[in-house]
Amino acid sequence: MTAGVGVWLGLGLVLLTGLCQGNSVERKIYIPLNSTAPCVRLLNATHQIGCQSSRNGDTGVIHLVEKEDDLTWVLETGPTPPYVVLLEGSLFNKAILQKLKDSSRVSGIAVSYTKPPPAEGFSLDVKCPSDGFGLYTSERGSQYAHCNGTVWNPLGTGFSYEDFSFPIFLLQSENETEVIKQCYRDHNIPGNDSKPHYPLCAMQLLSHMHAVTSSATCMRRNSIQMSFSINPEVVCDSLADYNIWSLLKPTNISGTIPPEEQVVMSAVRVDSRSFFWNLAPAAEGTVSALVTQLAAAEALHKVKDTQSLPRNIMFTFFQGEVFDYIGSSRMVYDMQKGRFPVRLNNIHSFVEISQVALRNNSVLWIHSDPLSRANETVNTEVQDMIRILKAASKGANVTVEEVEQSQALPPASFQRFLRAQKIPGVVLTDHKDAYHNKYYNSMYDTAETIKMEYPSGLPQEEALEYVTETAQALSEVATLLAKTLYQLAGGNDTVDIKADPHTVTRMLYGFLVKSNNSWFQSISRPDWKDALENKQPQYYVTASQNGNKRPPTIPTRLLMSVLANITGQVVNFTKEECQNPDKAPDSKKELYDYIWVQGPLTGNTTSREPFCIRSTMHNHFAESPANDLNDWGSTEYSTWTESRWKEIKARIFLIPSQELEIITLLTGLAVLIISFCATYFINAKADILFTSTEDSGSAAY
Amino acid sequence: MGAAVFFGCTFVAFGPALSLFILTIARDPLRVIILVAGSFFWLVSVLFSSLIWFISVQVSNKNDSNLQYGLLIFGAAISVLLQEAFRYAYYRLLKKAIEGLATISEDGRSPISIQQMAYVSGFAFGIISGVFSVINILADAVGPGIVGVHGDSQYYFLTSAFLTMAIVFLHTFWGIIFFAACEKRKPVYIVGVVLSHLVTSGLTFLNPRYEASLIPIYIITLGMGVWAFIAAGGNHHNIRKCLAWKRQECNQVMVYSALQVPSED
Repeated sequence: MTAGVGVWLGLGLVLLTGLCQGNSVERKIYIPLNSTAPCVRLLNATHQIGCQSSRNGDTGVIHLVEKEDDLTWVLETGPTPPYVVLLEGSLFNKAILQKLKDSSRVSGIAVSYTKPPPAEGFSLDVKCPSDGFGLYTSERGSQYAHCNGTVWNPLGTGFSYEDFSFPIFLLQSENETEVIKQCYRDHNIPGNDSKPHYPLCAMQLLSHMHAVTSSATCMRRNSIQMSFSINPEVVCDSLADYNIWSLLKPTNISGTIPPEEQVVMSAVRVDSRSFFWNLAPAAEGTVSALVTQLAAAEALHKVKDTQSLPRNIMFTFFQGEVFDYIGSSRMVYDMQKGRFPVRLNNIHSFVEISQVALRNNSVLWIHSDPLSRANETVNTEVQDMIRILKAASKGANVTVEEVEQSQALPPASFQRFLRAQKIPGVVLTDHKDAYHNKYYNSMYDTAETIKMEYPSGLPQEEALEYVTETAQALSEVATLLAKTLYQLAGGNDTVDIKADPHTVTRMLYGFLVKSNNSWFQSISRPDWKDALENKQPQYYVTASQNGNKRPPTIPTRLLMSVLANITGQVVNFTKEECQNPDKAPDSKKELYDYIWVQGPLTGNTTSREPFCIRSTMHNHFAESPANDLNDWGSTEYSTWTESRWKEIKARIFLIPSQELEIITLLTGLAVLIISFCATYFINAKADILFTSTEDSGSAAY
Repeated sequence: MGAAVFFGCTFVAFGPALSLFILTIARDPLRVIILVAGSFFWLVSVLFSSLIWFISVQVSNKNDSNLQYGLLIFGAAISVLLQEAFRYAYYRLLKKAIEGLATISEDGRSPISIQQMAYVSGFAFGIISGVFSVINILADAVGPGIVGVHGDSQYYFLTSAFLTMAIVFLHTFWGIIFFAACEKRKPVYIVGVVLSHLVTSGLTFLNPRYEASLIPIYIITLGMGVWAFIAAGGNHHNIRKCLAWKRQECNQVMVYSALQVPSED
């Protein structure tokens, strides 16, 4: 808009505004930052954690902090506070965060994502994850409570669970970070007199949160709004999604299964979190185990005689586990209330897989619970399980070892089951005590940290099929798991069960590198294809705004697509029959779940060949029982809620000096006063000024 | 803090307009009606010119930036011509109105002269075009940012405001000259108005080189102001008379005259 102002400028502006998005003046002033991840506010029974800005966003002069010394400017010497700190990712640590948190001269932090991740490790989660909601509490097994004995996440700083009064954003795009740095270099580096020269480059971070104090408070406010307001403004939502479960033997799940039927449970978690909202790559933390269990499920579904096994096998994928075991506690709760087809008494044994990709010398550690093993029958069965595991590992490229019996269980969904009933079970991990994962629940827990390495320049379609060492190793673990489950279900050890490394590598690629690949496309529901992205999926459980009517989150959709595809069969149903199995003959709706998938591309065209998949996959709404009980002060169940917000955005711009602002105002006032005086003067003498002898017309008055 | 910039720019852009409105127009309902109707005429002219420009953009190659820039200049010129055409149309309407007003008045004379109408209609064009061109800039002046992150001048808001002030004055002067030209049947004056309007519009294409656009535009404004003063029946004798006049006598005269022209430039 060269014609910035002018007589006819309005026409240009109005029409250009219609044609282009956004206001052209705004584009002259602001550079919006689009690839950011904010830190948002979460609440539990007693606390609020996370960050928030003021209502209109917090603005501050940008100061780049590349080394610790740069902080002095921000905290002490800089003449133009408040500052928004542009923090190098490597400096996003406890000491610096604490200093910034304590300073009143900081109005916000923008953290740049650094590659490679800090070698010394990085975890803002607590040292003892999900403490208090697992098995060991002060009342029960107090000698193991609060990670007394084994600290699982020693690198954890706990900042993910602190409350910040200013906004913190992660800059995910290197390009945008460079734009900000350039703006800083152009405007904010002080001259020789060590005074910055206006205009200065500033940043505004907007992430105003509606909820405060605690879940109990915000839920009470919600209910007040719901009962008295025509237009209720909800301030927070409970975190929720779906647990996915699948039975090896198709079973009628319309009611509860008979007490004599026994089920071997295999469990993993599906979610993770990090300091920032909707950012949780969780490669080692979640996906390593998730993929292993999926591969084991596939391997077992390929075995012919599974229908004659004395016990059933149930593959369970828990959601919301990172937020104090939402998924598993809900399943246990529903099992106890008889609202779930399987009851606690039906569970024969329990195998859980947690972080398994970072094994030293291929050692897989067996963790068991010392409290329940004090019971002789349980102890015998656990020993039996360990024996089966060890036997199954023979000949495989995995060594199974048992940790000391006196060591407590690591954080695991199994703990929630043990809380309710003494069930024999084990947790398989790659760590003996402290996590091998240096980036537990952080943004750096990516495919690189579990050493998924592809030859450089490999085309996408080949990378999808390329079997990485990680995939090979995980398929060995999956084989071990499948064999163990098979034998726990009563099968003999002579059957050849083997997990397919190709499936594992394809899953790893889809779950950790790029979900929008040809395989995921072909197994995705047509209405879910938007869930596929050209980047890694994030395993973050967010709030549910529609109660149990909500669609599953993106990672759950991916998981459902994959699980149905690798464990189900293609059936010859039409689209209508598939989506409404009631209409199909012989659909056995109480046994099976049907999904209509878009299928692979046909030939060279862009059309697809959709088909119907029948599987025993089911979902189970995973919301904390605290919501069901309406007890948001609960110490038994997860009480995490997520605050609502109106808008989250970040932008950079220049701010004027105070002098310029004052000068502008004074100029305006001067013009106003002069024009009033002049108009008054001229108006008063108008008849003299404009009475002309030659022009009688003007004197017509 | 952004409020200082906002109010500063608002006063610069609309301070003179505000004082003129309050002191010379607001007290007379007839003038207010003429003001509103004049603003409407200007808006209609802009609607038509924007339609022409919009259609020409739609039918042309949108990726050719030179062509689009040319079309913008073309659209501006069309807009100027249409505005002057509507000014003429408004003149004809007001001429009719003055006849009607004369018939219904008690003494058989119109309560408002055509010169007063010229001033009010010119002012109406000025104020609405000023509002139209600067209102969204003012909206962004509230802050927190100022223009400049892409390397533009940080005085953007202030220069825009000064430009708007000039536009308000220019339209007022053009209105006076134009109506006077129509009354005296001097088409050369009209050509002068149209040409200076075109030149002013063209000058804004020199933005963001504000010194190259603002200074010539203010020179034109000054010139137009003098011309309008003369067209409205002023001359240097009157000025001298007014300045020489004793204060007490001057202050006695509180009657509205044929015209009031601001001349602080």
